[in-house]
Amino acid sequence: MKIIVQEQEFDVGDEISGLAAGDPGVGGIASFVGLVRAENEGGTVAGMTLEHYPAMTRKALEDIVAQAAARWVLRDAVVIHRVGALKPGERIVLVAVASVHRGDAFAACEFIMDYLKTRAPFWKKEQTPAGERWVEARASDEEAARRWR
Amino acid sequence: MKVKLLYFAALRERFGTAEETLELPGEQSRVAALIDVLRGRGGPWTEFFATDYPYRVAVNQQLAGLVSPLSDGDEVAIFPPVTGG
Repeated sequence: MKIIVQEQEFDVGDEISGLAAGDPGVGGIASFVGLVRAENEGGTVAGMTLEHYPAMTRKALEDIVAQAAARWVLRDAVVIHRVGALKPGERIVLVAVASVHRGDAFAACEFIMDYLKTRAPFWKKEQTPAGERWVEARASDEEAARRWR
Repeated sequence: MKVKLLYFAALRERFGTAEETLELPGEQSRVAALIDVLRGRGGPWTEFFATDYPYRVAVNQQLAGLVSPLSDGDEVAIFPPVTGG
């Protein structure tokens, strides 16, 4: 299991190739890559800054992956989340999950993303033509996370 | 007892501080009692805690609620709903 919070870009291909490498029990890998959009709430986004709570972030992500591992068969998982200054089109987050079959891989990947979006201490501040603004949490994200209870 | 308080994102800006140490009466306390102390402070604290803004609280880096217990030396973070991913 690999959990990283970093400012630098990451290579999706390298991360997926390295996941559960050499484990003959793995039958599939599901992944999600989140990107910075150039538009949000009807406005242009020139860039964003991602703040986090360093002492808690890792613990929160580990806890989310552990919950996924308790519900589905996980052979390996990687979560990489970037912080700092990001531009539209740049990757923010990668979640990839290796499992025996696709069902567990898809479900665990979606669960980890849904919980990350509502429980991991990250905050986005967007730069727009009207100035900077903190991104508001969406009720739909909370509902997505609630489905798994 | 003393707790270390941390504020993040919009709340850090609103209160104009990222970190402070707060003295609470007694040996044990609860998050609700801490919030009452902050609410009684005046200025941006009184203003903020009078709203129904859905702020989040973590105690020792774990999401917590108003009834969560507090002990001397705990780290309490108050922040907006998270928006990562």
